[in-house]
Amino acid sequence: MTKRAGMEIAFAAAEAVALCKPDVVAAYPITPNTHIPEHLSDIVADGRIDAEFICVESEHSALSACCGASATGARTFTATSSQGLLFMGEVMPIVSAMRLPVVMAIGNRALSAPINIWNDHSDIMSQRDMGWISIFALNGQEVVDMAIQAFKIAEHREVLLPLNINLDGFQLTHVVEPILFPDQAEVDRFLPEYKPYATLHPDKVLSMGTLGMPEIFTEAMKAKDVALINSKKVILEVWKEWEEQFGRMYEPIEAYKTEGADMLLLTMGSMGDTAEVAIDESRKRKVSAGLLRLKLWRPFPIEELRNAVKGAKVLAVMDRAVSFGGSAAPVGAEIRAALYGEPDRPLIINEIIGLGGRDVTVGDFIQIVEKAAQAEKEKPEEAYEIYGVRGS
Amino acid sequence: MSIIVENFDLYAPRLVDKEEYFSAGHRACQGCGEALAIRLMCKALGKDTVIVNATGCMEVVSSLYPTTAWKLPWLHVAFPNAASVGSGVEAGLKVLRRKGRIADRDIKTVSIGGDGGTVDIGLQALSGAMERGHDLLYVCFDNEAYMNTGIQRSGATPFGASTTTEPAGSASFGKKAWKKNVAEIMVAHNVPYVATACHSYPLDFMNKVKKAVKVKGPSYIHCLSVCPTGWRLPPEQCIKAGRMAVQTGIFPLYEVEDGKYRMTIETRELRPVEEYLKLQGRFRHLSEDEKKVIQERVNQEYKKLMNKVECLPSWSDLKE
Amino acid sequence: MADKKWPETWQEFNLGGMVFSPGNACEYHTGSWRDQRPVLDTSKCIKCGICYIFCPEGCISQDADGYFVADLDYCKGCGICAHECWPGAITMVEGG
Repeated sequence: MTKRAGMEIAFAAAEAVALCKPDVVAAYPITPNTHIPEHLSDIVADGRIDAEFICVESEHSALSACCGASATGARTFTATSSQGLLFMGEVMPIVSAMRLPVVMAIGNRALSAPINIWNDHSDIMSQRDMGWISIFALNGQEVVDMAIQAFKIAEHREVLLPLNINLDGFQLTHVVEPILFPDQAEVDRFLPEYKPYATLHPDKVLSMGTLGMPEIFTEAMKAKDVALINSKKVILEVWKEWEEQFGRMYEPIEAYKTEGADMLLLTMGSMGDTAEVAIDESRKRKVSAGLLRLKLWRPFPIEELRNAVKGAKVLAVMDRAVSFGGSAAPVGAEIRAALYGEPDRPLIINEIIGLGGRDVTVGDFIQIVEKAAQAEKEKPEEAYEIYGVRGS
Repeated sequence: MSIIVENFDLYAPRLVDKEEYFSAGHRACQGCGEALAIRLMCKALGKDTVIVNATGCMEVVSSLYPTTAWKLPWLHVAFPNAASVGSGVEAGLKVLRRKGRIADRDIKTVSIGGDGGTVDIGLQALSGAMERGHDLLYVCFDNEAYMNTGIQRSGATPFGASTTTEPAGSASFGKKAWKKNVAEIMVAHNVPYVATACHSYPLDFMNKVKKAVKVKGPSYIHCLSVCPTGWRLPPEQCIKAGRMAVQTGIFPLYEVEDGKYRMTIETRELRPVEEYLKLQGRFRHLSEDEKKVIQERVNQEYKKLMNKVECLPSWSDLKE
Repeated sequence: MADKKWPETWQEFNLGGMVFSPGNACEYHTGSWRDQRPVLDTSKCIKCGICYIFCPEGCISQDADGYFVADLDYCKGCGICAHECWPGAITMVEGG
C-alpha cells in the first residue's frame, strides 16, 4: 500500500534507497547531503535492510569502495555534495568507463572558495563530462521516485552505467514535504534483483580496469559515448513503466503552460517550482510565457529540447553555476549548442541565479520574463549575466 | 660461493605448487623483483582470491588490453585506492555470500600496491581500511621509488638514494629523509598480522602470505622488491641485492603476530651496509661519511627492532 | 572467445575494457627481448628448483627428465637463474 508521509527529503531519499535493498553503501558525511547516509545507516543498524555500510574515511574512498563492491555484483549506493564530489572526481570517469552501475545522490552545493554550504549547481556541472547518467529532481516526490528508478535504469543490461540524482542542497535536502512512498512489494515488483554482466569471482576469472593503448582508446571512448546516448531509450522505458505502475509521469523536459508561449524559461532542480508560480502570475497579466523543466541532463535530450522550444521567440536559460571566462554558463552553453543547427531557434538569454544558496524568488522570475521580453526588442550585449549581482 | 638461503630452502622450491597464476608474457623489465614477488604471492594465495591492484608497474605491465597476465580475478581502479576498493570488494563478497547470491566459501580479497600507492598517496585509504577491520590482506611491493613513472622519490625511498626528483648532485646527496616505516604504522593500527618480506627469501614470503590469508581480519605484508632498472644494478643481481638488504639489517625480515615481534630470518651478525650499497648505482655518489651515517642509523633501527622482539609481549598476554 | 582482429572496432571493444581470457598475456613472446640466453649443463644440475623459484617470468619448468629448463619463448635473458644456480649448472650465452 502506498503510504503518504511528511518527511525531510534527505530522509525520504534514504527510505527510497532502502526500499531498493542495496547491498553495499559507502558514504562520507558532507553538508548538505549528510542526512541521506545518516538515515540509511539508521535503517541498517535497525536491521530493516541487510547491507554493508562502510564508514569510509573520505569521499574518494567512498566511490572507490562502491567501485569495488559493484564489481563483485553488489547493488551499491553513495551520496555526496560539492567538495566531496570533487574529491571523488578522479574515480568518476572510471566508474562509467568500467560500466559499473553505482547510484549516487548529490545534494547540490556550491564549490569553494569561499567555502559555502548552500545550494547551487556548480558541483554537478564540474562533472558534466564524466559519462554518468544525470537526473535532476524538482521536489521530494521526484527524489523518491527517481531514487527507485535509478537502480532499474543503471543496472539495465543495455545501460550498465552509473547514475547520479541531483537534489538541491537545503532547498530540497532539508525541506519537509508530503511524499507518497510505495511499499516494499510494489518496489520489488518494479525493481528486479541486480543481475550483473560480469563479476569478480574465482569461478569465472576476468580482469577489470585494464590499460588502453592509443590503438584502442578512441574506440573505448566511442563505446562509452554510445552507451550513454543509448541509455535514453531505457530511461524513457523505465519512466513509462513507472507511470503505468505508480501513475506519476516523468519526461526529459517537462513543459508547463508552453502552448503558444513567446517566451520560455528553462530551469533545472527545485527552482522550477518557484518559476511555475511566476509563469502563473505572468499568464494572469496576459504575458505570453511558459516554463520548461529539464530533468534529464545526461544523456542530453537534444530532440526533446528542439521540439519543446519550437515556436518560442525567446528562451531564458537559468543556470545555477558559472563557467568562468566561458562563452556562456554550463546549461546555457549546452542549450545553445543543441539548438545551433535549428533554422527557427529562439533567441537565447542566459541568467545565472541562486549562487551559493541565494534565494530565487517569484519576483526574480517575473523580472527575468521581462528581461526576455526586452531581449526580443533589444538583443543583449552579454552572452550571459549573473542576475542580481550587487555592483554595476 | 655466495651465502644463499638456509639448507632446507635449497631443496624445497621444487616442491612448491607448480601452478602459475601470473603468466609469462607480462611486460616487466628483465630481472624485475616485483614481478617475481607477485608470482610468488599468487602461488601462495591460490585460486580463491580476488586481487585489487593500484596503478603502478605491476598493473601496467600485466594488463594491456586486450591481454592480461592474471589468472586470478583482478580489478584495477586508480592509484591511491587499492585499500578502499579492496574494502568495497570485501564488503561486496561478504554481503553477497550472506544473502546467498554467491557460493558459501571463503574468498580472500587481497589489495596490492607499490610503495608509491601505499606509503604516500595510498596511505589514507590503507589506514581507513585497516582501522575498519576489513578481512583484507594488503601487500605493498616496495621498490623504493615511483618506478613506473621513471624512478621518482617516494616516502619509501631510502636515505641517500638518488632518484629523478631528489637526485644526487654537487649540492645534494640524494634523499634527505629516512625511509617511512609502514609496517610499524600497521602495528600501531592493531593489525593482527604484520610482516616484512622479500622475494629473495621466497619460502619465507610465501609462508607469510599463507599465514596472512588465514587471518579473519586485516593483515599487512611489506615486501621489498628489487628494481634493477631503478636501483641501477645488473638484472642478474636482483636476488642478491634483496638478500644483502636483509643480511645487512637494512630490511630485516620479521613478523608481528598479535603484537608479538619475531624475526623470521635470523642474521647472527649483520654484514656492513657497504656490501649492499656498493651493488647499486643509486648509491654510488655517497661519500664515506654519508655511508657511516647510514650504518649508524641501520644499527640503531636494528637495535630498536631487537628490543621489540625481546621485550614486547603479545597483546593477548597483556590482557588481565 | 572468438578471435578479434587487433585493433578492434568500437563495437567489438569488450564492455568496460574487461578481459575475459585469464593469462592470455602469454600470446606475447617476451623472448624476443633478450640478448643472452641460459644454457643448462645437466651434468651439474641437482634439480633443486632454485632457478624455477627465482625466475620473474615463471618460464622455467621441469622437463620429462626432471631438469629445470627455461622456455625461450618468454625468457628475457635477465641472468638471475645463472647467478643463483649454486652448482653453477646454468651459464648465460650471448645471442638470443
